[in-house]
Amino acid sequence: MTDTPTYTAGVRETTEGPVYTVSGQDWDAMTAEIVGNERVVVNMGPQHPSTHGVLRLVLELDGETVTEARAGVGYLHTGIEKNMEYRTWTQGVTFCTRMDYLSPFYNETAYVLGVEKLLGITDQIPERANVIRVMMMELNRISSHLVAIATGGMEIGALTVMTIGFREREVLLHLFEDLTGLRMNHAYVRPGGVAQDLPPEGLDKVREAVAWLKKYLPEYEKFCNENPIFKRRTVGVGYLDLAGCMALGMTGPVLRSTGLPHDLRKSQPYCGYETYDFDVPTRDTMDSYGRFRIRVDEMWQSLRIVEQCVERLAEPGPVMVEDKKIAWPAQLSIGSDGMGNSMEHIRHIMGESMEALIHHFKLVTEGFRVPAGQVYSAVESPRGELGVHLVSDGGTRPYRAHFRDPSFNNLQAVAAMAEGGQVADIIVAVAGIDPVMGGVDR
Amino acid sequence: MSEEKTQLEESTPQPLPAHPSERGAFGAHGSGDTSGFGGLVRRVANPANLIAGTPAPYGSYFDGIVDTVNAAHDEAIEKVVVDRDELTVFVRRERLLDVVRTLRDDPALRFEMCMGVNGVHYPDETDRELHAVYPFLSVTHNRRVRIEVTAPDADPHIPSIVSVYPSNNWHERETWDFFGLIFDGHPALTRIEMPDDWDGHPQRKDYPLGGIEVEYKGATIPPPDERRRYS
Repeated sequence: MTDTPTYTAGVRETTEGPVYTVSGQDWDAMTAEIVGNERVVVNMGPQHPSTHGVLRLVLELDGETVTEARAGVGYLHTGIEKNMEYRTWTQGVTFCTRMDYLSPFYNETAYVLGVEKLLGITDQIPERANVIRVMMMELNRISSHLVAIATGGMEIGALTVMTIGFREREVLLHLFEDLTGLRMNHAYVRPGGVAQDLPPEGLDKVREAVAWLKKYLPEYEKFCNENPIFKRRTVGVGYLDLAGCMALGMTGPVLRSTGLPHDLRKSQPYCGYETYDFDVPTRDTMDSYGRFRIRVDEMWQSLRIVEQCVERLAEPGPVMVEDKKIAWPAQLSIGSDGMGNSMEHIRHIMGESMEALIHHFKLVTEGFRVPAGQVYSAVESPRGELGVHLVSDGGTRPYRAHFRDPSFNNLQAVAAMAEGGQVADIIVAVAGIDPVMGGVDR
Repeated sequence: MSEEKTQLEESTPQPLPAHPSERGAFGAHGSGDTSGFGGLVRRVANPANLIAGTPAPYGSYFDGIVDTVNAAHDEAIEKVVVDRDELTVFVRRERLLDVVRTLRDDPALRFEMCMGVNGVHYPDETDRELHAVYPFLSVTHNRRVRIEVTAPDADPHIPSIVSVYPSNNWHERETWDFFGLIFDGHPALTRIEMPDDWDGHPQRKDYPLGGIEVEYKGATIPPPDERRRYS
């Protein structure tokens, strides 16, 4: 080892024999020594462009074959659940929207449905608020699946899929900005309804986005469905059958790729999903290719739901619960500098009604009280069951808020999907799960 | 309801708050406050846990689940709470593994999936400080049930159910990480979110949120856990 370059850690004697540490560019110096002794442990990530975020994979390799795979998480832990215990129930929305940053509307809705269940006001949510929630969630499903397909494509070298994926996603983020004021982290769904009604031109913009997607979504199917390279990378890769999915608590596209049409929107509907006309796409290939096809099919189904929402939203109506002790007092509007309280509301509380000012102050600083108890509410996020367990002690803040993020649970399946396969297949398996590390670590 | 109220009234006067922020209506101390609110003491406990349990029948599909578990495992159920159309079954911790195996395998129950485990810390519930809450989902019957297990802070052990529900592997690690609940029989109970050498369990109520003061236009804003609170 005399000629070992200084940038390597060299060799270390352990109880299991010598352990060689290499960091790249120095394989030549090592190969002579480790021939016939190729139990190689590779750290993939947490800073690796193909691991879908700060995911660390510890791989034990025999040549190109993965004999053991372990996932390490926690690099994006931000203590969102703990922080929520120190804010009001309404402020909690601004925290949980940041967890799974590709599906903010699902985080918000799952949490808000829990709060409303605790308050016992689920039936009082105005119809229009529920339709807006469904529309935002389904648009969000499309934008999330687009990123899943785009990054998954990029990781196997299909760069065009990436560029077109982000092109379509950009259209949707623009739409979100028009409707909520923000491209991401919207804090738009609030306990009792949504933060604000759609802007005057909102529905036209939704129609434009739907038309755009209808024009360009077929490209994904044309690029990938029968593409021989794409198929050879994904067919039969990341295999997990129904028994495996059940044991590992898998939900979402991974579970539906085994042929089981389990979808909470159908089995335990919320926000009025039972009144919409849509199908649950499934495949029976149990592999990454099937999961890709399911995601594309789901985007078409989401478009169907969005179109039904647009029809229903033609009629105006309230978007916040009537109970003034819960409803956020301010009407919001989007100005040139972003979203804020509407001038009309400011004029009312500052110039017309002292009581309204007091009410606004009390509700915004103190918040409303939520009767003690605990609930579990779940929504079908793009990645599976997003559950939230909320505990209230009767105060103005959550006593405990816990999110069962589907990415966190589903990442456990990486070992089952990857062991025995090639190193390159791990990337495809992880992309098929589509974990979002913000949601995993919270 | 009347039973719940008397239970609550009986238990309110005794214990003192676990940490100072639980004293006073506005979190004020030594401010010369003569309103009397500074003397208020707020218990850190969930009143929902103080009730003796919901009397049978429970309605919906709940009776069937409780009866099936009771028939298979005598005395395993501590109490049953039905609240907001959700069924919570408190199970004695030494019987947890038997009960969840029945939940999974009994054809009438068939709870194929466990949606993880979540800890909750109630510092003022003596000998029941730590709760572990397991939501279960049956795809076959389209039902949910919640199993709740308690452990004293002095002996924070709960049997691991990873042998029955492998999906709970990471969830139990997370709950150990955040609450210090030790799941006996877990294949590798290590930290998952916090660094391996971290001290303490951050989601417990006696663990401070932390944070620093922030100055903005001459005014100093205290960290979130030292700000005025109303409940």
